[in-house]
Amino acid sequence: MTDTFVPPTRFAVPGRIAVSEQAASVWQTATLTGIRRETARAATFRLAVPGWPGHLPGQHLMVRLTAEDGYVAQRHYSIASAPDDSGHVELTLDHIEGGEVSGWFHTVARPGDRVEVRGPVSGFFAWPGDRPALLIGAGSGVVPLMSMIRHHRARNLAVPLRLLVSARGPEELIYAGEFGAETTPVFTRSAPEGVPVGRMAAAHVAPLLAEQPSGGWEAYVCGSNSFAEHASRLLVTAGQPVERIRIERFG
Amino acid sequence: MHITRGFTGRPRVADPGLPPGQYDAGDDWPVLSAEVTPDLAPADWTFRIDGLVDQPRTWDWEEAHRLPPSAYEGAIHCVTSWSKFGVRFAGVSLDAFWDVVRPHGSATHAVAYSHTGYTTNLPLADLTGGRAWIAWEYDGRPLAPEHGGPARLLVPHLYFWKSAKWIAGLRILDHDEPGFWEQNGYHERGNPWEEQRYSGD
Ligand SMILES: Cc1cc2nc3c(=O)[nH]c(=O)nc-3n(C[C@H](O)[C@H](O)[C@H](O)COP(=O)(O)OP(=O)(O)OC[C@H]3O[C@@H](n4cnc5c(N)ncnc54)[C@H](O)[C@@H]3O)c2cc1C
Repeated sequence: MTDTFVPPTRFAVPGRIAVSEQAASVWQTATLTGIRRETARAATFRLAVPGWPGHLPGQHLMVRLTAEDGYVAQRHYSIASAPDDSGHVELTLDHIEGGEVSGWFHTVARPGDRVEVRGPVSGFFAWPGDRPALLIGAGSGVVPLMSMIRHHRARNLAVPLRLLVSARGPEELIYAGEFGAETTPVFTRSAPEGVPVGRMAAAHVAPLLAEQPSGGWEAYVCGSNSFAEHASRLLVTAGQPVERIRIERFG
Repeated sequence: MHITRGFTGRPRVADPGLPPGQYDAGDDWPVLSAEVTPDLAPADWTFRIDGLVDQPRTWDWEEAHRLPPSAYEGAIHCVTSWSKFGVRFAGVSLDAFWDVVRPHGSATHAVAYSHTGYTTNLPLADLTGGRAWIAWEYDGRPLAPEHGGPARLLVPHLYFWKSAKWIAGLRILDHDEPGFWEQNGYHERGNPWEEQRYSGD
């Protein structure tokens, strides 16, 4: 049997973005060159990675920290920056209470520190900028989506792009100052005057699915697992085909 | 290896049950799947084994439940670095299915595929000898949809992306054929003790 087996599926494996095996398997030393505060809980960490092979918006990398006794902690982080040739990537980390890796970044790290990174890994959630993209994120789930928006802007892409982003309140909305007309924020606890407070709902998704671009939307959902479950269900209920929904769950 | 200035990590006790690079997630059970959780009722679930076997066959929920019950109690390890100890799954050992379908002598690998279309590849040797299950209960309760219910593959000695959720079938082959994550850069086998995370590890 040499033919490639195709299982009966509604969920198509995209397979359209090749991952460099070489890049995914080599640890490189990255130097922290800058820290930018985004919100009280989130900050962006800029890393110089001399051998960075490049990435696509939506991809993530692994960060590895090593203690003096050899203890190692490694975590996945989405890349926030758009692909460019600056030799830098940016990560935006939430400060998790008691978190080993995010705790180190938020309380110890300073420019000049070095960490190890590996990647980019996984091409599944990547968006090369080729198809209309409907982005839905919550909390730090907006990070890989921001890379897509930045890419869209940097390349002046004409392909339609929309972002629905959920945050507890305006002060917790990461990248608030950078969003443009493509973005609709949804606030779950507190909102500016005149803006309703509440969970992301069918009413937020419906208008976006009503304005179908030619070829239809490719949907990208990112956030905590409970948010991903909720948002992907809203999309399916609103008629978005399951095989055109990609989900990145932060756990 | 590069020591990270000021990084100590959490106070830890050396745990011989923890593979390298893993941490104990405790009561947490993170969910990692790339697709929408399917609405799959037990009555609609089927499980098929075909390819290089004497008797290709499909079981439905009732038929699969008539096979001898078998349980797994132990640890599971996710490639995203968490491990979970003392988990209890119940279902059927894959050996009960092998007794029926009888793989050919030339068979070396399997592609596991799910009702969503997710795929993952495994050496046949990792699916025999009481080391793999079709599991439908977790901790005495029906397996939750987001964890692969009504039924998932369970291969606890490999990283958990090999334990395909919403398992629909196994295609038996005489060669290896990379699945979903394997095409996306993950390791062909995924042994947590050897830290086989990405291809090339
Ligand atoms: C593909 C992917 C992309 C991601 N991208 C991002 C991103 O862009 N930005 C981002 O902020 N996050 C992202 N994450 C999440 C990230 O990988 C980490 O999970 C997160 O930063 C927490 O790691 P940590 O080491 O700080 O916390 P951990 O140390 O892992 O702790 C997490 C929680 O568990 C508790 N805990 C765990 N073990 C113990 C223990 N032994 N004792 C006490 N408490 C414990 C902690 O108190 C804390 O509440 C991503 C995850 C994935 C899978």
